[in-house]
Amino acid sequence: MAHQIIATGRSRTGIPTGRLAVWWVIGSEILIFGGLIASYLLNRFNHGPSWSVEAANTNTFIGACNTFWLLTSSLFVVYAHAASERRDAAKTRMWIWLTILLGGFFMGFKTYEYATEIHHGFTLFTSNFWSFYYTATGLHGFHVLCGMVILALIAERDVKHEKNWHRVENIGLYWHFVDIVWIFLFPLMYIAK
Amino acid sequence: MAGHNHPSYLKIYIILVVLFAVSVIGPEVAPMFGAYAKAVVLLTAFGIAIWKAYLVCAYFMHLKFEKVYAPYILLACLSLLFVFFFGTATDAMFSNGHNWFKDLDEEAMVKEAEARSYVLNKDSHGDHGDHGHGAHDDHGDEDKAH
Repeated sequence: MAHQIIATGRSRTGIPTGRLAVWWVIGSEILIFGGLIASYLLNRFNHGPSWSVEAANTNTFIGACNTFWLLTSSLFVVYAHAASERRDAAKTRMWIWLTILLGGFFMGFKTYEYATEIHHGFTLFTSNFWSFYYTATGLHGFHVLCGMVILALIAERDVKHEKNWHRVENIGLYWHFVDIVWIFLFPLMYIAK
Repeated sequence: MAGHNHPSYLKIYIILVVLFAVSVIGPEVAPMFGAYAKAVVLLTAFGIAIWKAYLVCAYFMHLKFEKVYAPYILLACLSLLFVFFFGTATDAMFSNGHNWFKDLDEEAMVKEAEARSYVLNKDSHGDHGDHGHGAHDDHGDEDKAH
């Protein structure tokens, strides 16, 4: 069997293939989350008074805590990237697992928040505002969960065996994007009441 | 991207946390600014969100040091998003047009939202959960009646 050629770089752009793919993923995610946020804004402009009353029921404290967890996890994942560039497997794995821990905090707080809101009668079908709320934050939460799984796989399957170091940077880019999405969802859902 | 000097990540993080604190406190103190309250909320909540997103992109994602193609990819997608927004906004922002109109009663929507609001009604009900479910159920009955 002939030797399988794997393209590790794109000479035209000068960007490694994996990283270039992640930039394209992020580009498509901009359209997914951006489309949701744009639709939310259009509805908010049209139904300011009623959406304002609905938004008053979201828990700003939990939203703020979740912003803090994600901001801090962004620092940890960039530290993991810096450690991977030094080929320090122990430190890289430590920062990755700390990032996963904060992702877990985020998901835990989000679960508590959802449970409280559903308990108070606010579900996906209550009104347009709550439909947007659950769709946008649910889709974001799913991205956090996927990021945590991929981070764990990279820590245990790649970094532990000191291979595929570039994947740390690639998952880091994705994780930062997830953080950026929350940076915009937080004022929209929790601050502008 | 190993060829560039890393910025101080901790310094960027501290700036991000300070901006985050301002974005939370800003809207809380906005009513003190009277007529400018809305502008203060927009500036502290959304202006700062854009600033925070820039810092994360530029320094944590290293876009400032990345090959120029990556920002082009992101800007191209962002431009498409603006096409979508302004393309649909022309319809969505108006309440009527050629052979169509929106039959929405904003006043009734506000009343419905107030009736099921947990925050507005929590003082008058001991059990928050029961109130929320009750209000929601009432709304459901109204729908059925229609």
